[in-house]
This record gives sequence, C-alpha cells and structure tokens, in this order.
Amino acid sequence: MRVDLTPHERAFLEGAHGEAAAMAMRVVVAAAELLGARRLVAIESAHVDGCLYHGDGGVEFAERLAAGGAKVAVPTTLNVGALDLLHPGTVRGDAHHGAMARRQMDAYLALGCAPTWTCAPYQAGHRPAFGTQVAWGESNAIAFANSVLGARTERYGDFLDACCAVTGRAPLHGLHMDENRVATVVVDASGVPEALKRADVFYPVLGTWLGLDVGQNVAALEGLPSDVTEDQLKALGAAAASSGAVALFHVVGVTPEAPTVGAATANNQNVRRITLTADKLRPALRRLSTTDADTVDAVAVGSPHFSLEEFAALVPLVRGTRLTVPFFACTGRDVLARLQATGEAAILASAGVSIVVDTCVVVTPILPAAGGVLMTCSGKFAHYGPANTGYEVVYGSLAECVASARTGRVSRDEALWSW
Amino acid sequence: MVTGRVLVAGAGEGPLLRLSAPISFWGGVDPLSGRIADPRHPDHGRSVAGTVLAVPSAVGSSSSSAIMLELLRNGVAPAAVLMGTADAILALGVVVGRELGYASIPVLQIPMADLDHLESGVRVRVDADGRVREVESAFEPFPPARHSRDE
Repeated sequence: MRVDLTPHERAFLEGAHGEAAAMAMRVVVAAAELLGARRLVAIESAHVDGCLYHGDGGVEFAERLAAGGAKVAVPTTLNVGALDLLHPGTVRGDAHHGAMARRQMDAYLALGCAPTWTCAPYQAGHRPAFGTQVAWGESNAIAFANSVLGARTERYGDFLDACCAVTGRAPLHGLHMDENRVATVVVDASGVPEALKRADVFYPVLGTWLGLDVGQNVAALEGLPSDVTEDQLKALGAAAASSGAVALFHVVGVTPEAPTVGAATANNQNVRRITLTADKLRPALRRLSTTDADTVDAVAVGSPHFSLEEFAALVPLVRGTRLTVPFFACTGRDVLARLQATGEAAILASAGVSIVVDTCVVVTPILPAAGGVLMTCSGKFAHYGPANTGYEVVYGSLAECVASARTGRVSRDEALWSW
Repeated sequence: MVTGRVLVAGAGEGPLLRLSAPISFWGGVDPLSGRIADPRHPDHGRSVAGTVLAVPSAVGSSSSSAIMLELLRNGVAPAAVLMGTADAILALGVVVGRELGYASIPVLQIPMADLDHLESGVRVRVDADGRVREVESAFEPFPPARHSRDE
C-alpha cells in the first residue's frame, strides 16, 4: 500500500534536509507501509528509547544519523542508556561495552536530544498536553503519555523513535486515531477493599493482571480512588506494559479521556465487563515472585525511575538505619540533583542506598555478579529481573523491601490480599 | 506451495524452524550467536541463524528491532522470517539493516496453519514475490556461513 506524503515529507525523502534525514524518512515511510498507515501525522514531541546499547549495530545507526547532520525536528527526551554517566563505577562490563555504550549515548545528544536519560520523562518536565500527537518509546512512558496525560502515541521502539523525532512525523495508525482509544473492556474494582486500593503495593499487581487478562484491548477501570496518585498510575501502566504490551488504559473519574464510563467506552453497551476479585489478583501477585526463598541478596527500586514523592516515602524508612544488603534506587539525574539540594541524598547514602542515575539495574550489569535473590516493589523489575539479571525475584511493598534489606531476610505480609 | 504477504521483500533459503511459542527477541535471542536464550521458551538452546524462522507472533519489548539488527550485523540472522501476525518491530530491524548496508532478509506474514504441511527441518525457499516452498536439500547439511560486513 502506498503512503500519501505531503510535499514537505517528500522533500525529506529527496534529501532536502540531508541524506541522514532522508534515511530517517525512508524508515518512517517503510514503517507506515508495514503498519498499513495511509499517511503520516505531525508530532509535537518524541521520547527516544534507542539510546540503550544492545550491540554495535545500534551505535552505527545512531552515528550514521549524527554524522549526516540530522537533528531532531521536535523536542526530544532520551530514555536510559547503558551507563551511569554521573557515577562511572556503577556499571560493570568490559571496556568495549563501556566505550560503545558511551558512543551511542553521545550520538543521540548530537542529534539534539535532551540528556534526560530517564524512563519517566513525564516526571522530568516532558508532559505533552492533552490530545497532542507524539512519538514515544519505552513501554511505561508510552502507557503514561497515552493514559494519564491523554497525549497520543503508538508503541515506538528502537530506530523508529529516532526517525520520527528527526522527521517530526509518525505513521498515522493505532492509538494516534480516536477510534482506537475507546475502551472495549470495563473492569469493576469497586469490590476491592479500600485499604488495598490505597496501598502502593496494589498497583503493580493490578497492572500485571491487566496486561495478562486484558492485554492490548483498551480497558476502563472503575472503582479506583479518585485521589489515586500519579506514581500509582505510573506503576499500574509499567506493570501492564511489561506483562501485556498495554499502551493505553482509562481510569474512570481520573484520567482525561474517562470522565465517565460512557465517555471512555463511547457509550457502547456491549463492552466486556470484568469484576475484579481476589481470585483474579492472586495469580498476578504470585507471578511477581519467582522464589519462596527467605533470604535477600539485593534490593532494587525505581522502575520506572523513582520520583521525588517516592523518595519522600523512602527517606523516613531508612533514616538513621544501616541496610545490610545492597539497595539500589534508580532515578533520573534531575531528581538526584533535588535530593542533593535537600540533603536527602546524604541520608540515603549513609543508610547504604546506592542511587543509580541515567540507567537501571535490569538493562545493564549493576547488581552484584554473584546473583541470588532480588527484592523489589517494582512490577517491571519483577517482570524483567530474572531473564535480564539471572536473579530470582521477590515482590513486596517499599516498606517490606526496606525491612528485608535491614535484616537480609524476606519480610512480607500478604494479609492485604485476602478478602 | 503457499504465498505470504510481503513485509520486507527478498529471497532466502534454509531449514524451517517453527517456533512453538511467541518470542521476544529482546531477552529471548542472543544477538552474538542467534541462540534462543530465554530459558522459559520451549525452543531454548536452538539457533535461529540461517533458518527460515516461523514465529507465531513476536511479543515483548520493541527493542527486538535492535536485536534483529545485531543478528544481521553479526551474520547470525535467520535466512527469512515468516510471521503469523504482522509486526513492524522485527521487520523494522531488517529495514534499518538494509539502510546500513547489511545483508537483507525477506519477512513475510503468513498464517502458521499454512505451514502445517511442512515439517520443521525441511529445506524451504522464500522468493521475492512471497512464495514459500520446500526445495531439495542442498549438498551441504547446513546453510552457507554468513559473514558480517566487517569481516
């Protein structure tokens, strides 16, 4: 199928903006053909996930764009790389890995991308307005931009994200279009106890269930607290994207496209309805742990990257204590700067919390090489940890992670999950 | 003989490897060797290199484009990919590889049931027009070695 291009878009292909920009447009048009899109859509911002080193081909691609003089056409933030640029000893790995990962990150900076190096760009000042078309990579950021901000993006990944940023265009398909954003499933959470719905530990489990049972269908969740926090929605989306490639969900009365159930479903009476029960959630909870071990070898939090508010919950838990197992908190460099300014970074350091910036523990070798059991309150770490790090995982609340890190023994209370 | 929808045009030939479960190339396939590295995948340990790889569907991370690019660069990519459900992610890795001058491979969308008459391991040829057919085994039991352009 041919893609209809505007004169501006054809000029890109013809090299009006240089050979590198022409290559970027060829990739965008090829993607549009693969996806069956009839035309492209102008985007207002991009979030690029392609800066993470997977091998030398990715470096070659980024350097080809940069050497050809390509520049991003829209404001563009960068996801994590494979290095903590502020703490050079954090990432293990050989010299080739370090050098190539650095070259890849540098090439994206040369394109004019902002050095945010975070998977939570929406908490680092990049918040597209409701209804705007954008091209974002990183599955949790995609879910957040679509669901919580009401911006419009499909799931973009390596290469296509950068090519969209350079051309300012994306294939017009999927979640860029009204008709694909309507909820086709309504999930009733009104039967879940309030105490559980107010607990942060609920949201990664809800997200894991959503990804597994609802998948890429768009769900409208009813019966969640109207004051559900942004970090809870972030955790919900990240877990749902990990377990089921969820890129959009609605929370009735909370998220911008769902003031009412009718608005979220376009008043379709024939949507599938699911009532959330303890029996549905327990398998998702179990799936987030891969071992019954009662000892812990490391703790990691911050996937997606920890926000200032999440650190505000962590600081009182660790103040004045000394953790006995390695404890990693992954965050963006802008959040670290604020923690340093307030003195909270020093409190965390003296308790034994290692702050990791620009990257995270499941995308690059940071956890102690010996392996063992990793405890986390992140649904995304729990999902990707075993395959990417070799660690077994145990899921628990932030408070349970800290308690376990104090003693080296798993401390968990699952009473909240029985009702 | 069956015909698939051409996602990326090209020709390729090799032993058919039908995966029995969806796969995420990121975290699932080792970009240096082509070996299926996900211990939870039923075909764990087999190599996709040089095969006509039939994938019911690709799942998981969009970083799978990057792994496809690395497989092409390292000369351990499949000879062709047949996908049950169309997916821009793997195909995009091939498109970018072509831009960088790496050897390209065909990618087709084809219902997996259309392959039921072919046993895993038989030698299969994919033509530029999307035709997929069994061919007689070549003299060599393994596909010819592929080399990365840097060698």
